[in-house]
Amino acid sequence: MLYELSVEIMPKPGIADPEGATILRALHALGFDVTKRVAVGKVIKLQVEADTGEEALQAAESMAAKLLANPVIEVARVSLVQEHVASTD
Amino acid sequence: MPINVAVITFPGTNCEYDTVKALERIGYSAELVWHDAVELNAYDALILPGGFSYGDYLRPGAIARFSPVMQAVEEFARSGGPVLGICNGFQLLAEAHLLPGALQKNVSLRFICRDVEVRVDTVRSSLTSLASKGQILSLPINHFEGNYTCDDATLKILEEDERVLLRYIDNPNGSVHSIAGICNEEGNIAGMMPHPERASDELLGSTDGILLFRSLCEGKFSR
Repeated sequence: MLYELSVEIMPKPGIADPEGATILRALHALGFDVTKRVAVGKVIKLQVEADTGEEALQAAESMAAKLLANPVIEVARVSLVQEHVASTD
Repeated sequence: MPINVAVITFPGTNCEYDTVKALERIGYSAELVWHDAVELNAYDALILPGGFSYGDYLRPGAIARFSPVMQAVEEFARSGGPVLGICNGFQLLAEAHLLPGALQKNVSLRFICRDVEVRVDTVRSSLTSLASKGQILSLPINHFEGNYTCDDATLKILEEDERVLLRYIDNPNGSVHSIAGICNEEGNIAGMMPHPERASDELLGSTDGILLFRSLCEGKFSR
């Protein structure tokens, strides 16, 4: 079965996020004073062939640990978006 | 036989010829070694040059780290051979866990290309063994992700064990403790963000990089 997963990669707490800080300043300059914090990361979408959602999640966790995120500066969060997706190849 | 240095090249590397030229200028022999090489024992030193291996996709060095040659680089390094990562090469050594920490985006969010001054803070490394502690070198930097970071425990170890080789006089990128270059515990693996190969001829404005290449190939850790 083909599962769609999402890997959200964010700067680790305590690691400077200059992009987030710059966007926060721009939002304040535009009058959005309600904004208290901005963090910028990236999302990697995966289609994974697996027997169960749990198995797909485990595979994606392992990919995140080995390649997708650098644990020195980033935190990865893997989530299952959808199962039985039609391949977009 | 002249000293023979391997300059490891990945798709997207772009400082390999400058590095070979710089090494040849001081009388060494240098060879470009493609990223699929599996045997590096014949060389006296390895250099991972600057550039944008694999387009810097995902993170600088993240993909190159899994190239076949990296296994051979690790074996060479574990046997005590001198290894230097310059700029993208430094990022790659960090991704490969051969050096601690990581290089993140410059705090200014700008690509910086200019000469900077760095101070030699320790001479117990392959890169600095022929330099003098406190010596100031003028070297160019050319990077977007040169902001060195690591956790507090690692930083404490780097400082206590004198593993910070080069420190910026005027921190250009936000690096913690103004770190421009570090080494591993043994001192044979070194990484630096500035480009010594671009400071290897009077015409380039500085020859300070030559001292670092000489240290790497003829200093305390030479083979």
